[in-house]
Amino acid sequence: MTALRVLAAMSGGVDSAVAAARAAEAGHEVTGVHLALSANPTSYRTGARGCCTLEDARDARRAADVIGIPFYVWDMAERFAADVVDDFVAEYARGNTPNPCLRCNEKIKFAAVLDRAVALGFDAVCTGHHARLVPVEDRESGDSAGPLAGGLTGQVRLARSADPAKDQSYVLGVLTAAQLSRAMFPLGDSTKVQVRAEAARRGLAVAEKPDSHDVCFIADGDTQGFLTSKLGASPGPIVDHDGQVVGSHQGSYGFTIGQRRGLRIGSPAADGRARYVLDIEPVSGTVRVGPPELLDVDEIVAVRPVWSGRAPSSEPMAAEVQLRAHGETFPATCWLDDGSLRIRLERPARGVARGQAAVLYDGDTVLGSGTISQTALADAALPVSARS
Amino acid sequence: MVNLESASDRHKAAGRLAPGTPVYLDHAATTPMLPEALAAMVAELVHTGNPSSLHNAGRRARRVVEESREQIALAFGARPSEVVFTSGGTEADNLAVKGLFWARQSGPRPRRRVLATAIEHHAVLDSVQWLGEHQNADVEWLSVDSAGLLSPEVLRAAIERDPDSVALVSVMWANNEVGAVQPITRLAEVAAEFGIPFHSDAVQAAGQLPVSLAASGATALTVTGHKIGGPVGAGALLLARGVDPVPVLHGGGQERDVRSGTLDTAAIRAFAVAVEHATARRDEHAARIGQLRDNLVDRILSIVPDAILNGPAPGEHRLPGNAHFSFPGCEGDALLMLLDAKGVACSTGSACTAGVAQPSHVLLAMGADKFRARGSLRFTFGRTSTQADVDALGTVIGEVVERARRAVRQAAPPAAASQAGPIAAAAAS
Repeated sequence: MTALRVLAAMSGGVDSAVAAARAAEAGHEVTGVHLALSANPTSYRTGARGCCTLEDARDARRAADVIGIPFYVWDMAERFAADVVDDFVAEYARGNTPNPCLRCNEKIKFAAVLDRAVALGFDAVCTGHHARLVPVEDRESGDSAGPLAGGLTGQVRLARSADPAKDQSYVLGVLTAAQLSRAMFPLGDSTKVQVRAEAARRGLAVAEKPDSHDVCFIADGDTQGFLTSKLGASPGPIVDHDGQVVGSHQGSYGFTIGQRRGLRIGSPAADGRARYVLDIEPVSGTVRVGPPELLDVDEIVAVRPVWSGRAPSSEPMAAEVQLRAHGETFPATCWLDDGSLRIRLERPARGVARGQAAVLYDGDTVLGSGTISQTALADAALPVSARS
Repeated sequence: MVNLESASDRHKAAGRLAPGTPVYLDHAATTPMLPEALAAMVAELVHTGNPSSLHNAGRRARRVVEESREQIALAFGARPSEVVFTSGGTEADNLAVKGLFWARQSGPRPRRRVLATAIEHHAVLDSVQWLGEHQNADVEWLSVDSAGLLSPEVLRAAIERDPDSVALVSVMWANNEVGAVQPITRLAEVAAEFGIPFHSDAVQAAGQLPVSLAASGATALTVTGHKIGGPVGAGALLLARGVDPVPVLHGGGQERDVRSGTLDTAAIRAFAVAVEHATARRDEHAARIGQLRDNLVDRILSIVPDAILNGPAPGEHRLPGNAHFSFPGCEGDALLMLLDAKGVACSTGSACTAGVAQPSHVLLAMGADKFRARGSLRFTFGRTSTQADVDALGTVIGEVVERARRAVRQAAPPAAASQAGPIAAAAAS
């Protein structure tokens, strides 16, 4: 195996620490880098956010000490604010539901950081993501590079983790083949339990550190409060699917398609059934609610498609589609149409939010993804957003 | 696993760099202990005794402390009673700045103005700022010229606006980033004319320049052990007789009631040994490292012609062991990392916040723009420095600067980056 110069992105969590340790043990020349993503980091972890405090930077530094690799902090706060936080706010303002982790992978870890790393002489960026990079077998030699070779040694495909519960291939589905060719995911063949045990065995103090959840840049976990502080109050009506006003809200950006809780619409529907957010119209500030069956869609348009391997032809192809992180997959037929990705599901999916990624799989392998921009139910008389 | 007992570590601990060991050009951060100081410290650590105790063991420790105090006083033009031991430079600066300010608040008209340069070390800078934010001080930052020098006329003008309202003046003797050596005697003279206490942080100057409390006319001087071959954790505020700052640390009343806390006999012993040696060898040492520095400056400017030497030109206004450059089109942290990977230790010179280098407040105060302030590196020489260190840096600096420039170009706006390579193009799309 060729020894590579590897930049290990170290969040301060257990996964990235073990990933860096494995890369170093495999003989690569590894340098640990913690990304400072906040211009004003808070001192201590609160709740379940686990990458952006001074304490996390210290944890990452200690892990690098134990592994025995150089360690630096890179200031990515400006790029993160522009490419992830501002985008997050703008997407909600447009009535969409963005996934900032995906955006961070696409624009920060495997773009800004990767570009800087390559310019500074690194060959690859290593992270603790639970996903596999599987070498596409060279038919001539039958060479198999393994998870610690990096994509540089040949063409790779992105595949699900060996630990289905922790699989993060969905949030990596936005990466291009070029980005993946510089990526290294040493944890893909392991379960989280194995990773924690290994961290303990290696003497890494983060072995028992809780997993991070939630949005890392919203310190108190209150997404709605965060959006209100950024966008201001913008009251509007909540209307039933037949057009009747049933309540009001302080900002349409506080809602997600498929949401049931927190609607604060007092009177029950005529049929006494629960109501869900069906659609958000940011221009008029209208939030449309209705019964769950109106959430069913089977036609999806996804824009800005990216391909993990070779781009497909324009012919329709069969694939499974995942529509949210940790969501189920749906068998579908997909094709490219004027630069957009068209997806027809074999059975309807419920509560598909615009702004989320539609990630296409062939079995365990990621084919590519697009950002969901429109949804509809084919046999309905009208598209969802026009049903009233 | 890193073997902490490696041969090179043992050599470094003894103050010698073994062949092939990393090139250490960060002596302004800390410098190897003198073997004599190390031996004195280890020998003293064997003994038990609190210098404040009245029994024999205490008297023995007290004698060591007082002999050390006398040596340090002699070296820095002070009387023994004018040496107040502290844990180091930061504590001595805090005591001088806060303590002198507080001491000037009694009386019919409290004196609220604090005058300090904008290029002070953070130990002074942040103490002054804290007084402004929490103690009603009126803070005035004295401006320096583009070389980092304060003119006595600027100080005079600031004082003369209202001499009776000035609590104290603090001006560092030699700047830790760009090596600017202030005209301390003339500045102290101006303050003395108005009867205003004058403090100077002489941490970087000690060991390279003649530093004397009496000759400078200063009220208080900060010195510390670990910049001159002594241990970390021992320093002093040289404090003129009759000046009584309000203590920062209260307790047992040690050190003229100004700084409570059990004295660290072994560290103070080693500090005194280091001071004695540094003073005896000072001129020869300054000439030697000055030559190395001049050679390094010539080398860098010939390899990277657009590099900018920040601070005063080499000569009497610059510390002999200091070279500080801005490399246009580079980021300092990238340069540092690339040099580190090649075994060269240096500094961006400016403070870090959680490991992120901030644009240097010193360079900004000297009128540099943000990019120049970010793309800077400091190289500092000490007792163990050799021509081989200069040669080693000379062989790698060219390619390191070129690489760091490429990284900045890569981060340029997408339109420019799209021509940089397949990955950048993919990221920009």
